[in-house]
Amino acid sequence: MADTLTKDQLLTAYRTMRTIREFEERVHKEFATGEIPGFVHLYAGEEASAAGVCLNLDERDTIASTHRGHGHCIAKGVDVGGMMAEIYGRTTGSCHGKGGSMHIADLSKGMLGANGIVGGGPPLICGTALAAKLKGTGGVSVAFFGDGGSNQGTTLESMNLASVWNLPAIFVAENNGYAESTASTWSVATDNIADRAGAFGMPGVIVDGFDFFAVHEAAREAVARAREGGGPTLIEMKFTRYFGHFEGDQQTYRAQEVAHARAELDCLTRFAAQVTADGSLSAADLAAVDGAVAILIDKAVAEAKAAPLPAPADLLTDVYVRY
Amino acid sequence: MTDSGITSVAMPKWGLSMRSGKITDWVVAEGDPVAPGDDLADIETEKITGTLEADSPGLVRRLIATVGEDVPVGAAIALIAPPDVPDAVLDDLAARARAVIDAGLPEDDGAGPVVETVEAGGRKVSYAGAGDSGDVVLLVHGYGGDRNSWLFLQEPLAARHRVYALDLPGHGTSAKDVGDGSVDLLADAVLGVLDAVGSDRAHLVGHSLGGAVVLAAAARSPGRIASLTLFAPAGFGPSISAGYVRGFAAAQTRRELKPLVGQLFADEQLVTRQVVDDLLAYKRLDGVDAALAALAETLLDGDEQRIDSAAAVRALGEVVPVTVVWGSADRIIPAEQASSVAAVAPGAAVRVIDGAGHMPHMERPAEAQAAVEETIARAG
Amino acid sequence: MPRNLTYREALNEALAQEMERDPSVIVMGEDNAGGEGAPGEDDAWGGVLGVTKGLYHKFATAGLRPVAELMFVDFMGVCFDQIFNQAAKFRYMFGGKAVTPVVIRTMYGAGLRAAAQHSQALYPVFTHIPGLKVVVPATPYDAKGLLIAAIRDNDPVIFFEHKALYDLTGPVPEESYTLPFGEANVVREGSDVTIVTLGRMVHTSLAAADELAASGVSCEVVDLRTTSPLDEDTILESVENTGRLVVVDEATPRCSIATDISALAASRAFGALRAPIGMVTAPHTPVPFSAALEDQYIPDAQRIVNAVKPVAEWRR
Repeated sequence: MADTLTKDQLLTAYRTMRTIREFEERVHKEFATGEIPGFVHLYAGEEASAAGVCLNLDERDTIASTHRGHGHCIAKGVDVGGMMAEIYGRTTGSCHGKGGSMHIADLSKGMLGANGIVGGGPPLICGTALAAKLKGTGGVSVAFFGDGGSNQGTTLESMNLASVWNLPAIFVAENNGYAESTASTWSVATDNIADRAGAFGMPGVIVDGFDFFAVHEAAREAVARAREGGGPTLIEMKFTRYFGHFEGDQQTYRAQEVAHARAELDCLTRFAAQVTADGSLSAADLAAVDGAVAILIDKAVAEAKAAPLPAPADLLTDVYVRY
Repeated sequence: MTDSGITSVAMPKWGLSMRSGKITDWVVAEGDPVAPGDDLADIETEKITGTLEADSPGLVRRLIATVGEDVPVGAAIALIAPPDVPDAVLDDLAARARAVIDAGLPEDDGAGPVVETVEAGGRKVSYAGAGDSGDVVLLVHGYGGDRNSWLFLQEPLAARHRVYALDLPGHGTSAKDVGDGSVDLLADAVLGVLDAVGSDRAHLVGHSLGGAVVLAAAARSPGRIASLTLFAPAGFGPSISAGYVRGFAAAQTRRELKPLVGQLFADEQLVTRQVVDDLLAYKRLDGVDAALAALAETLLDGDEQRIDSAAAVRALGEVVPVTVVWGSADRIIPAEQASSVAAVAPGAAVRVIDGAGHMPHMERPAEAQAAVEETIARAG
Repeated sequence: MPRNLTYREALNEALAQEMERDPSVIVMGEDNAGGEGAPGEDDAWGGVLGVTKGLYHKFATAGLRPVAELMFVDFMGVCFDQIFNQAAKFRYMFGGKAVTPVVIRTMYGAGLRAAAQHSQALYPVFTHIPGLKVVVPATPYDAKGLLIAAIRDNDPVIFFEHKALYDLTGPVPEESYTLPFGEANVVREGSDVTIVTLGRMVHTSLAAADELAASGVSCEVVDLRTTSPLDEDTILESVENTGRLVVVDEATPRCSIATDISALAASRAFGALRAPIGMVTAPHTPVPFSAALEDQYIPDAQRIVNAVKPVAEWRR
């Protein structure tokens, strides 16, 4: 698989995943100091899904995300410094401090926002997919949602609508085993979320979410199908999140799978092993990326901590375009 | 007046679409003597309020319509007669007149004024006519107005003439695109309507900007013009209320518009809620504010008048009768500019109406009508 | 005088003229075209009460200023997240970087015996949400001008059409025009009592005002036209003049437009008030089915008269 991607693409993939990992690990650390307000929901462990899907997308395409949105934002090209500042509630943040972790968005990059409502994303991408179809841009729209989100009426309605309208849409169910503290084995009626695809008239595929190349290939097929007018696809990623549902979650509900995953299944470790084994990238290439990412994250945090908070008058701005 | 000397005062028709009016106040009481021109009653219609004047002398013997009731146009509302006419005769007439009012408004047969359109200079121009014999008279409103500005004059003049009123581009129901907004472009509309009604000899009446427009039309086609009656015309001096002109184009709300519209009249009471509402509805049509802004720049050079009508009136004043009418209390274009007209057109008749504002054709309709008739008569 | 159209025709004309002017305006909704996919049913409906009839045949292409139909506002529950958590909040949450120019047209109101889940007047719920604009036109003229304004507006607008008004006729200019939001309309001038109202209740209030005039009470009737933004100035100015206020609102009483306007007047025009504020609303119940009950539910002219008289007569 590694040889179907160029060296640049492989570096991009690695850089994306590494950036997400270091971003989330750092936020995990900083959150524990009490400086970051509100809730954060970390994506560490799931990087291959965001990176593998988004590497197949371009500026015509849109994605919608969940409360666990940092990974999707980074993979779609949202500015890391802006993201960090937003998480810290600073006026230099992606949303000028008005949205926070759960609402980071950059419409110029086709990132329709992290979303605080479970199942909030799928209806949105039906809209952007419809717009792309009507305007003939060739763009596709991707909804990322979790195992909990896969049970939401809005998600099911969106899949049905995407099918009957033959929209260029892709539904990515990121099944990390838990909706908050509720196991997906309990809450999802079928063995696999992907089993639902046929009920909505679209193909369904199950992917090892720790395997970047498997993700990338499944997404490539779904994107091609959508662009060519073949309609939507449902992709189910199976993997584990390394941290709790939210930072502060004691995770007493979990089986002890994180240690195992970090040790044996980790997407970055596997990617590195594979590309160095077949010679696509060297260890030095990877180390260079690691170094650059470390600097990027440090800078982002330092700048975020030093940035000003929004002014009191900002409370009232941008409710409307014009009232 | 009938042979017996009884004058039946009727609910007047103000405007081609008026079907009924309401008396808001009887100025006279039964027993009062009246002379022509005396105020009889304040009347309110859907479009405007106005004062009905007596046109013959006598004694007010019966008031038939009551304050606040809807009275069909043409129904008798009062009887004026000499003191020797017996009460029994008047009671009988009054009873029958009362029955007409009580019967209510006749069914709307849909035979309202017929609005025609013509393509002039590539633009749709609306106009409506009344009267079926006599010379053609064409009434041209001013900035921000429309053909209904002539509502007190069109029907009375139609008794003896074919009277048309048009909506200039940017106004009424005409196309709202005014192109470069020039007086010449507006004059195209005037000439287009004359073509449409098949007139090769017409009396033109113009108000304010419309005055400059009819002059421009006449200057282009002098052989077609029989006379010119100009009400407070633009182009005869530097002074103008630039604040009014620009303010009217810019106003977005009733609050902003009402005081501006008030400046048009000597008596601001004439500005009813309906008048302001109708203007606001007009301004909210697509393209109107842009048209008014363009026309404002035609009217204004900084804070002064840009148009120069002197040459046109000088040339025409030697050939056709010209009358200029101005209200002495005009707050938009000062009345002293009437003498500038006279200075360049010595044959022009000048009538200054004491106490009227910028809208003498609405504020003093009887005198306005007389001025127009007199000018038409001078044309022979 | 412009020709008369029905309220329904005025809305249809607004949509047609805007779709003609701007290809990015699209209409969406169940049955808006007709029986999609069912042979022989094409354009049979044009929406449940016919508002979009004929548009499907004129405007096959589309773009992206959607005018979506939420058939009955009572159905808001199945799509409310998209309206109040997503569309309403994008601009604010994304720091001013989103523009959501969507119009959601919806039917409201009782009187057709459509019962509890098809008859509510839920504009207070939407008025409460920052980020949404709420429009409630009472006449064909207002309907066309406000719908065109809503389509051209760059914020999400919820456009409320009372089902019982669709056949109401009135003069409507043929040309396109807009009415501004946040401008109430004084539909009747008066000096003794201010009646603030909206939607279908404007007509009921005018009927009550006629009756009250006959007994010597002069009512000023203010039609809100939009509840968000709200024309506070016109309301307060009227209350300053009359000193007496009655709010007439078909919605149920708790957290309604009636309470909202009353609080506004009580806090900002307290010195001018010479009597307690009166409110005429539906009762705090679901809308009943039986005609005998539904007619009691909806405020009628007599109830308004009965509410205004004591306010007019109140003395310390």
